[in-house]
Amino acid sequence: MAKAPARKASTEPAVPNRERPNEPERYKASKEELLAFYKQMLLIRRFEEKAGQLYGLGFIGGFCHLYIGQEAVAVGLQSALDGEKDSVITGYRDHGHMLAYGIDPKVIMAELTGRGAGISRGKGGSMHMFSTEKKFYGGHGIVGAQVSLGAGLAFAHKYNEDGGVAMSYFGDGAANQGQVYEAFNMAELWKLPIIFVIENNQYAMGTSVNRASSEDQLYKRGESFRIPGIQVDGMDVLACRGAAEEALAWVRAGKGPIILEMKTYRYRGHSMSDPAKYRSREEVQSVRDKSDPIEAVKRELEKLGVKEEEFKPLEAEIRKVVNEAADFAEQTPEPDPAELYTDVLVETY
Amino acid sequence: MAIELKMPALSPTMEEGTLAKWLVKEGDVVKSGDILAEIETDKATMEFEAVDEGTIASIVVAEGTDNVKVGTVIATIAAEGEDASAAPTPASAAKAEAPAAGQKAAESEAGEDGGRKKADSGTKQLASDKAATVADPAIPAGTEMVKTTVREALRDAMAEEMRKDQRIFVMGEEVAEYQGAYKVTQGLLDEFGPKRVIDTPITEYGFAGIGTGAAMGGLKPVIEFMTFNFAMQAIDHIINSAAKTNYMSGGQMRCPIVFRGPNGAASRVGAQHSQNYGPWYASVPGLIVIAPYDAADAKGLLKAAIRSEDPVVFLENELMYGRSFEVPKLDDYVLPIGKARIVRQGKDVTLVSYSIGVGVALEAAEMLAGEGIEAEVVDLRTLRPLDTATVLESLKKTNRLVVVEEGWPTCSIASEIAAVVMEKGFDDLDAPVLRVTNEDVPLPYAANLEKLALVDAARVVAAVKKVTYRG
Repeated sequence: MAKAPARKASTEPAVPNRERPNEPERYKASKEELLAFYKQMLLIRRFEEKAGQLYGLGFIGGFCHLYIGQEAVAVGLQSALDGEKDSVITGYRDHGHMLAYGIDPKVIMAELTGRGAGISRGKGGSMHMFSTEKKFYGGHGIVGAQVSLGAGLAFAHKYNEDGGVAMSYFGDGAANQGQVYEAFNMAELWKLPIIFVIENNQYAMGTSVNRASSEDQLYKRGESFRIPGIQVDGMDVLACRGAAEEALAWVRAGKGPIILEMKTYRYRGHSMSDPAKYRSREEVQSVRDKSDPIEAVKRELEKLGVKEEEFKPLEAEIRKVVNEAADFAEQTPEPDPAELYTDVLVETY
Repeated sequence: MAIELKMPALSPTMEEGTLAKWLVKEGDVVKSGDILAEIETDKATMEFEAVDEGTIASIVVAEGTDNVKVGTVIATIAAEGEDASAAPTPASAAKAEAPAAGQKAAESEAGEDGGRKKADSGTKQLASDKAATVADPAIPAGTEMVKTTVREALRDAMAEEMRKDQRIFVMGEEVAEYQGAYKVTQGLLDEFGPKRVIDTPITEYGFAGIGTGAAMGGLKPVIEFMTFNFAMQAIDHIINSAAKTNYMSGGQMRCPIVFRGPNGAASRVGAQHSQNYGPWYASVPGLIVIAPYDAADAKGLLKAAIRSEDPVVFLENELMYGRSFEVPKLDDYVLPIGKARIVRQGKDVTLVSYSIGVGVALEAAEMLAGEGIEAEVVDLRTLRPLDTATVLESLKKTNRLVVVEEGWPTCSIASEIAAVVMEKGFDDLDAPVLRVTNEDVPLPYAANLEKLALVDAARVVAAVKKVTYRG
């Protein structure tokens, strides 16, 4: 029987054979910035809770994937982008990203209820929302598709020499799709300006990362394409923002794509119809107690001298916004039947 | 006995080529693996290697000879011990005779050669260069016409549009440095540079997605699939990402992209490389699907496809790339999408077809004319949106309809036409609509089976006789 070749004992630590991004620093936010993050994250939380409620009441149909627990990721990352030129694309868990862009909660909620006033005129639904005005390109329902499409947006930035960077969000489940690696290969080959953001919320529907991924440290998934990766605490909005700054510096310097693995957690099921039997109630509660991204920011704000009574009016304001969005979404009419035939094609033939 | 070296077939569809250069001369000793000559086809230049050892006894076809048919003897080798100088044929004298010799070779090619059957293909019954007998009303009378291959027409369409609009780029496997796997993108890299003519890795799903994303981001990509068989890897982006986004976004997000490449049966390439995807894509709302027959349509419709704000699937046919047709010499020849065209007029029966099937239909129409049956041939040109008005109008005149389709019968364009005719033209029908299609089997490799599987003019004639009750 052949013997395994003897492995040379390594005496020195491995030296990177190519340039690597720096370890990102936690973003140093001013009190005002931190307060703005808090408000945005709380808006997403309350909006999603309301969406869950409306789903239960039968106002929202089909699939509805909530972003509760992951708020720090979209808020932290998107706050670092240049709204004039950078683009964002994501999968079907897209409400949070829309809200992080400051898009009116009314038109988002109205899309969830399938109304004519919805941002996609009620024809897209929860998974298919877009705002080309904000350079938010959706809202895609096929797991992993947004990675190739995002590389296409990055291709357009480079082609147009507009200085923009594309940010493509996908989950730990999508990270196992073949086309992700096709996109990685071409993105690095052509040095496309793109940040691949893996929102690792630990579960691809009901399958934990460990059960689905032979390499579960997903930030390493770009190594064989020479794409560097950074693992980030996705429950810390300032860590998210700091990582985005580092990633943007890398990409804007023309060094090609970069991967950010955001370790996060979703509190709710994969979608509203998921009873989440694959994990214990205790596991979820433990994350909520110890690592909730909104509570963390609140504590930080308290350290900066924000008093408990100052949070009260903020929360009331956000509840009001969300309730108004829900009222609007329940009452505004469904699309005109004639809308059935519009927007199939742009031109008339 | 001297060994005869024959003009080789360098691709499944090659019928003739140019003997560009001899790298050996008479009297040279060659061994197996030596490069003897360079042979050019319209697609590529290939090296011709020696298989046998010996001395070049005679060079029969001189270098620079065009249109040398596959199978023509181009040189002889004397094996060891043989007298190489015996009966040499002067190359200069043979040059003039080459076409005649070639003709003979071509004739024997399909048949027996000393009892041994040679490679043949059922696609011979398909590929035609039969031209429309009715002038396209889109071409102004008196326009100068230029003989152009379908391949060149497609390239010209892309080049003309790229000159006008900087947002257009071409992306795909081997489109740039190799000049196109089927040479459709020949010359584009030279003119437009690597920024706009982009070679991709073999990764259809990925680059179809990148193209679609680029279109969403405001560019106008032309994505070439080496063949539409490989687009199966990418069909998710064509349908889920490109076709549906405008609708799902309530008209916010457009996707002006062209997916193009050869579609349908090619020659002796087996089941995985021989399929017509026309009906697949034509069933998808949100897509435009175009399948031209001749070179003028290829040009005019590809230009229209590139200009469209909608996603277009543009189905070409490899067997047609090398066929030549008249193309109008106009600065900007653009055809309307969604308009069928009558390519031959008749009063007794309507033949509806598209892409390579149009040639089969035209051939059948000629055969039928000999028997006193005047067939009208409708070329659909666009499969989605389907120009049912032109079909129904023709039916009104002929009252009989046969659909000719190089593709499977089940859930085909032929099925769709039959349904439309029944719903909207029932009172005009004097006989049931018949479908003449390929057989309902994966395309076999064996030449005889391939012939049996593919549609041909004889089957069209038989169907027409049925619907005209002359069978």
